[in-house]
Amino acid sequence: MRWSAKLSTLVPDKPAMEENSMAKTTPTNEHRALRIGVAGPVGTGKSSVIATLCRSLSDEFVIGVITNDIYTDEDARFLRSEGVLPAERIRAVETGACPHTAIRDDVTMNLIAIEDLERDFAPLDIVLVESGGDNLTATFSPALVDAQLFVLDVAGGGDVARKGGPGIGGADLLVINKVDLAEHVDVDVGQMVADAEKAREGRPVLAISRKRPETTSQLCDWVRQLYRAYVDGSHAPVDPGPMAPHFHATDDGGHVHSHEGGHTHHHHGHE
Amino acid sequence: MAQGQAALLLLADGRLPAGGYAHSGGLEPTVQAGRVSDAAGLERFLVGRAETTGFVAAAFAAAACERVARDDTAALSALESELDARTPSPELRSVSRILGRQLLRVMSTIHPHPHFARLGTVPHQPVVMGVAAAALGLGPRDAALAILHESVAGPAAAAAKLMRIDPFDVHAALARATERLDRLADAAANHADALASELPSRGAPLSDIAAEHHRSWNVRLFAS
Ligand SMILES: Nc1nc2c(ncn2[C@@H]2O[C@H](COP(=O)(O)OP(=O)(O)O)[C@@H](O)[C@H]2O)c(=O)[nH]1
Ligand SMILES: [Mg+2]
Repeated sequence: MRWSAKLSTLVPDKPAMEENSMAKTTPTNEHRALRIGVAGPVGTGKSSVIATLCRSLSDEFVIGVITNDIYTDEDARFLRSEGVLPAERIRAVETGACPHTAIRDDVTMNLIAIEDLERDFAPLDIVLVESGGDNLTATFSPALVDAQLFVLDVAGGGDVARKGGPGIGGADLLVINKVDLAEHVDVDVGQMVADAEKAREGRPVLAISRKRPETTSQLCDWVRQLYRAYVDGSHAPVDPGPMAPHFHATDDGGHVHSHEGGHTHHHHGHE
Repeated sequence: MAQGQAALLLLADGRLPAGGYAHSGGLEPTVQAGRVSDAAGLERFLVGRAETTGFVAAAFAAAACERVARDDTAALSALESELDARTPSPELRSVSRILGRQLLRVMSTIHPHPHFARLGTVPHQPVVMGVAAAALGLGPRDAALAILHESVAGPAAAAAKLMRIDPFDVHAALARATERLDRLADAAANHADALASELPSRGAPLSDIAAEHHRSWNVRLFAS
């Protein structure tokens, strides 16, 4: 079912003047679910990671999913077809070909979609929000999610992690996916993880493959730990934010860029 | 005259995070059907939209602004049903309420005001625009102009993604439309204190039909 069709069930085709004001329908923070964003380039495995989390954690947590689609509601349909959650707990938001905007500059559609989901299936423990795959610069606004994963895969090349960027450098967790493919694409996973850890100044990195259950169980443990921290109030949301200062190697020994003033730099995996 | 201009710019700015970027104002299905294929066609589309559904929306925004300013909450409800009656496409009624809800969400967060509590949870976009204008201290003509601007700026911004067109040509069409929008805003504001049932009812039937087709597409760039 399309988002617009879904929403029309919530949008009575008549004036709703007598209903409560907005504030009453907005869940309060104490009752609201942990919101986790899943970002990363197209095809790296965001939907697959979400399917894995739902499959492994749905006995422990009541989970809902919002997908952000670029052209279709394919991600939502894929997740429903996986049967990992009741189909109605997976909803698609149409982003008008601006997946970046929908998670960062103008989060209103996603915010309303999350709040509706939380209201319709209260109480939810976790809402997972999949970004429509964009480039390396797209990260979630702290206004939308409490924490975010950034998903890369080995097939995109071993260098990507080293190149950094807000998602790679600052997401709460960096996932390097499809490590089962590493030998076919000549990627040294150990090196890629080491590069990523360097770019992330110690923030966690997980190398996973859905074909290696021991790796996906580490991912699930990370989410369990995050959930506990969220519930006991010790989780501090961070914002990957704009580009961190980074180093360019040049003949004269390199120089440091500091991207000041909150400019958004649309380099697509530059250098 | 200069009073409130900055507030009007805030309200009319497409960068206001109210989710407008996900909609093409009916341009996507119109381009797909081959009815708009070049800059001249786009300009005719924009003018047609401003003169028909844009003008109706403007009159309703002006009327909502006028009513909420004099505390007539019951009258807002009448505007809702009269606007439903002027929007034959169920899809466009739904889109108008989705956009209205989003605008309400933003405005009531960034500029809290008792006026917003007078709206339901999913009010029509022009009605919210009128109420938001009043909350910002603006008048009916400002509300009308803001929604007229939105009615052409939305599809204009979508044009670059939907068709082969020079963005300068798109904005040249918008520049040529400015006097028209001012005139339409004046005319819409003249209806601000009319009975809800007497408000303008111009229509664009082909847009209603296109919206119904568009909702059934499996692959599309825009939500409407
Ligand atoms: N070999 C392998 N393929 C994977 C893995 N995870 C996902 N894929 C495949 O990668 C493709 C893209 O995955 P998807 O989850 O749709 O990526 P998304 O665009 O980021 O949501 C699909 O064909 C998946 O089956 C993995 O761990 N190993
Ligand atoms: Mg996906």
